[in-house]
Amino acid sequence: MNKWQQLLAQPGPLVADGAMGTQLFAAGLQFGDPPETWNVLHPDIVRGIQRRYIDAGAQIILTNTFGGSRFRLAMHNLQGRVAELNRTAAILLRAEIEAAGRPILVAGDIGPSGDILAPVGTLSYAEAVDGFTEQAEALIAGGADIIWIETMSALEEVQAALEGVRRISAEIPVITTLSFDTHGRTMMGVTPEQALAVLTERGAAAVGANCGNGTDELLAAIQRMQAAGPRVPLVAKSNAGMPELVGGKAVYRASPEVMACYALDVYRAGARIIGACCGSSPEHIQAMAASLRTADLSAAPAGTSPLPAAAAEARPAAGDRAARRAARAARQPGTDKAETE
Amino acid sequence: MSDDLTQIPTDELIQIIQDDLYDGLVDGVEAGTHELLRRGLTPYDVMTQALVGGMDIVGVDFRDGILFVPEVLMAAKAMKAGMEILRPLLAQTGAQQIGTMIVGTVKGDIHDIGKNLVAMMMEGAGFKVVNLGINCDADKFLAAYQEHQPEIVGLSALLTTTMPYMDVVIKRFKEEGLRDKVIFLVGGAPLNAAFAEEIEADAYCRDAAVAVETAKKLIAIKRGVK
Repeated sequence: MNKWQQLLAQPGPLVADGAMGTQLFAAGLQFGDPPETWNVLHPDIVRGIQRRYIDAGAQIILTNTFGGSRFRLAMHNLQGRVAELNRTAAILLRAEIEAAGRPILVAGDIGPSGDILAPVGTLSYAEAVDGFTEQAEALIAGGADIIWIETMSALEEVQAALEGVRRISAEIPVITTLSFDTHGRTMMGVTPEQALAVLTERGAAAVGANCGNGTDELLAAIQRMQAAGPRVPLVAKSNAGMPELVGGKAVYRASPEVMACYALDVYRAGARIIGACCGSSPEHIQAMAASLRTADLSAAPAGTSPLPAAAAEARPAAGDRAARRAARAARQPGTDKAETE
Repeated sequence: MSDDLTQIPTDELIQIIQDDLYDGLVDGVEAGTHELLRRGLTPYDVMTQALVGGMDIVGVDFRDGILFVPEVLMAAKAMKAGMEILRPLLAQTGAQQIGTMIVGTVKGDIHDIGKNLVAMMMEGAGFKVVNLGINCDADKFLAAYQEHQPEIVGLSALLTTTMPYMDVVIKRFKEEGLRDKVIFLVGGAPLNAAFAEEIEADAYCRDAAVAVETAKKLIAIKRGVK
């Protein structure tokens, strides 16, 4: 049994960490600077943030490598440092976790390329796989227990990342989460049900949602995945609400108390792995971990929310003009709204 | 699209071009555009009735969650193919520009998918668009204003840490006495209308389709006032 299986063998929810970027900016990272360089420039600060998430009760911590692929680093002309920055990130986190003395997973974080795959965009699938392979290789070499592919919008890109990971390791568990922030789908139109079905079939160890427009939206995505009958654990990692600008600084309004309620809500809705995303802090994770400890573990999460008919309905295939025209004609004003709520 | 376009009545052909645009069919849009020109429609009418008309439907369905980014990008590609046929002809006839926009992601921010989508949709609506790219500081926006004299300035940010820089850009335009010469549209995942109001932008646009609608509306108001 590997560390992932051991953790999952325990009953109840698993707590993941909260935001890294938000905390790095609070520690002085400047606008536009790549957070991944801090793995080398300020390893003490990166480790300090991760230590606070460990102390708050997180059992899965992500490496500081969200933008660590060659695609993202190239924007800073750092594409030659993928191996160094990702390996270092995993080594740092591994050391911090070993110091904690309890079972915690090092999750090698892979974020989106920022490009759109061909034929719609310019990045070829093969290039995408190559880039993610390079990042996964360094994360695994540095000691990642699992890989966490997150904040994705396009299924093809998640598949490219998964394939990249599989080129390096046939067995490392891979968590995949997408951001369902557009009318209940991802920006690229992927539904929670599609993501669950395709990524489960492709061998993801867990599937879920992260980032997005706040906790309600994330809860809805989990409800839809649960209703579809998942065969893998579901994952929820919501932003701490929507940001508001106060005195020139972005403020996330969801307090630790609000996030503690969200944690219980998504757990009851079916999520097994629960953390937080942008705007969250160790205080949020601590409150979430505390509320999840009160969760009734005997009450197995069940999908109780019936799926709106519109949500289950697939969109007409590309090129199917007649079907689309019919769908447009049949659409009543406001019916698409039911899908998001 | 059937092979012999010459037998199809003009209003039906326009409908077919709109459908092909909706489905991102480059060949169909090109063939239909050529056929309408052959029939003697002005390049301006072909653009507004067939292409812009088609993109309007795409915009509405994108706004309403019927279409998503991949379909919109394919439609924009088809639109672009049609516009490449029309642009030189439009230049010859001196047809009126719908408007000009400069758009960029603000300093510190390197996200560009959403901003590029806005640029494509605005082009699709017939605007001339100057895409300034990512990580643009206030000076870059000012220089682009001087060069292109746009009616619209679009500011994009995907990060909560970079959205405050929009305020910096608008303040710089105020200092230069240029604020009232342009319409500032702002957008990006973390933004909302309250934020747009706080930094005194003209409007927050939640997606590219709304950006097009808003740009058209505010330009009409502005021209009406003059």
